[in-house]
Amino acid sequence: MKATCWTGRNSVEVTEVPDPKILNPRDAIVRITSTAICGSDLHLYDGYIPTMEKGDVLGHEFMGEIVEVGPEVTDLKVGDRVVVPFPIACGHCWACEHQLYSVCENSNPNAGLAEKFMGHSPAGIFGYSHMLGGFAGGQAEYARVPFADVGPIRVDDDLPDEQVLFLSDILPTGYMGAEMCDIKPGDVVAVWGAGPVGQLAVASAYLLGAERVITIDRFPYRLDRVREYTGSETLDYEEVDVLDALADMTAGRGPDACIDAVGMEAHHPTGPLHAYDRAKQAARLETERPHALREAILACRNGGTISVIGTYGGFLDKFPMGSLMNRSLTLRGAQCHVHRYLRLLLDRIRDGDIDPSFVISHRLPLDQAPQGYEMFKHKENECNKVVLQP
Amino acid sequence: MNAHQESTPHRLARALGWGSLALGGLQLAAPDTVRKLAGVDDSRASRTLVPMAGVRELLHAGPLLVSREPAPWVWTRVAGDVMDLAVLGRALGSRSGGRGLRTGAVTAAVAALTALDVYTAARGAGATAHRRDEDNALEAHAAITINRPRAQVYRFWHDFSNLPRFMDHLESVEPRGQGRSHWRTRGPLKRTVEWDADIVEDRPGKLIAWQSVGRTAVENHGSVWFSDAPGGRGTELRVHLAYEPRAGRLGTAVAKLLGEHPDQQVHDDLRRLKQVLEAGEVVRSEGSPEGTRAMRLLRQRPAQPLVSG
Repeated sequence: MKATCWTGRNSVEVTEVPDPKILNPRDAIVRITSTAICGSDLHLYDGYIPTMEKGDVLGHEFMGEIVEVGPEVTDLKVGDRVVVPFPIACGHCWACEHQLYSVCENSNPNAGLAEKFMGHSPAGIFGYSHMLGGFAGGQAEYARVPFADVGPIRVDDDLPDEQVLFLSDILPTGYMGAEMCDIKPGDVVAVWGAGPVGQLAVASAYLLGAERVITIDRFPYRLDRVREYTGSETLDYEEVDVLDALADMTAGRGPDACIDAVGMEAHHPTGPLHAYDRAKQAARLETERPHALREAILACRNGGTISVIGTYGGFLDKFPMGSLMNRSLTLRGAQCHVHRYLRLLLDRIRDGDIDPSFVISHRLPLDQAPQGYEMFKHKENECNKVVLQP
Repeated sequence: MNAHQESTPHRLARALGWGSLALGGLQLAAPDTVRKLAGVDDSRASRTLVPMAGVRELLHAGPLLVSREPAPWVWTRVAGDVMDLAVLGRALGSRSGGRGLRTGAVTAAVAALTALDVYTAARGAGATAHRRDEDNALEAHAAITINRPRAQVYRFWHDFSNLPRFMDHLESVEPRGQGRSHWRTRGPLKRTVEWDADIVEDRPGKLIAWQSVGRTAVENHGSVWFSDAPGGRGTELRVHLAYEPRAGRLGTAVAKLLGEHPDQQVHDDLRRLKQVLEAGEVVRSEGSPEGTRAMRLLRQRPAQPLVSG
């Protein structure tokens, strides 16, 4: 089959690899009909996530049709149309029983590696480094899905791929980002990053009752998109000082909650400050460039919440701990517990409350995945979200 | 372990690390002073060589000051000494008078330090080897929480034929009745090692202890304790294994069964046990097709489907 393989920093290739086979009784094989490039895939592309190997099949946002099931998979059958959550979860450990699917205790066979970096291991993730399992991903024609009796959600034919594909990651991720803000009536929520996850976090914050949502980015076309589709107010951080602007917009209080939908490769408008973290990251003295997170902490109102859904990989510097501690802030973060939100959000889509397909800017055949990565990385052609069709 | 850390080679190696740090700092901060001191301030090459040596000294200092077992790292200093002596030797040949004297004195000092470095590195290696001889038994501990009732976890372990499902180095364990079982390893060197073991203590739901019997290449014993995890989180399981390989090639090979990091290996075994009991299967990925295995962590396959399932 054809698959998008990581071949080194800034390099992916669509090459021929063996077809996946059932390895375990709870596996299923999915013939992929739609898959997407995630912002977090760009961290792999840029070479900032450790433990990648040449030839790794990328991709953790995918859906398709079941073509084979293992003997223990009883609730899915060949021909079912499914969306697959990006974290792999066994469904039976303590974490899964408590709906903490992205920290499943069993799904990472390379837990020993992750423990070296993180203390304890999170769940395995499709196509996302060997530290997170070494699972082949879904930017391919087929994928093996472990624990298929727990993860994939069946979707009827009436909804097109583009409306349900993002149940695999970015819609629940955005939704959980907003949910972690514990939004109350009258709340003002600020969202750093107007990429697809940020846009869906903004939409979710409105769904959950936020009074105002303010989105911060530096790409006018992305800010336009989020304004147009969600009604959010926007700030271009290359035009205004974000802390001043937010203080002004909230009459000095600061936003009640701040969502970091940027993560480890943030950008800072002041050249030398950006260069400082860029250089340290390049020298591997820190793995993150946490400008957005630092700013979110400083911006947040006293006693407010910072919700981190942008991806981080390791260690960061110049963390405003004094602000966090002295101002009674709450910092929350997670890889999304996707399984928890599948049914709820599918119903929301079906009811017309949200249509996440507004984030899509480009549709490409799988063969053109390398162009998709380049375009997405460099924000060319107003690229916002690339969907690949095998 | 503590006794070892406070050993003479350990302390010497740390001191040499501080020495490297100081010298490296000096060579970088005041290279001209160092050049004058060594009588090589007339050499243009020394303008680059001295700061370069400074960087090298700092690289020596890192592991010597940070590593838990710094003595073997002293060999990096020995290599540096050889480089320095070679350079100084050449400088000495072309110098006379005051400069020559200073170069000679520095060369003598470096030679003395080289001797100290070699002594420390060799004693460090000796201490490690000695410790392994003396402490022939290989022991390993690990603990894990399994989200299953204590009785079920106990029953699963008590049927020793289940052990190879999660213990990586076992090929099979056949129960022979009355607490005896026959164990067969999947050894290195494609050799299998076999022995009989008896259950020596069995407290239902709490403890199983076993011990190899008769003459075998590797005497061993093990125990597993079961207790309720607090908050209804299933079972806490603690395993202790000890292997006492006899002298000789086979014994050494068996010792390697537990690898360089025996605790890690037993922990991996327990992870697989947890997977089997909770998820019903050993989790396999394309990068780790055999499932959790310490050796595999170091040599991952690409995350690409396997040619044959």
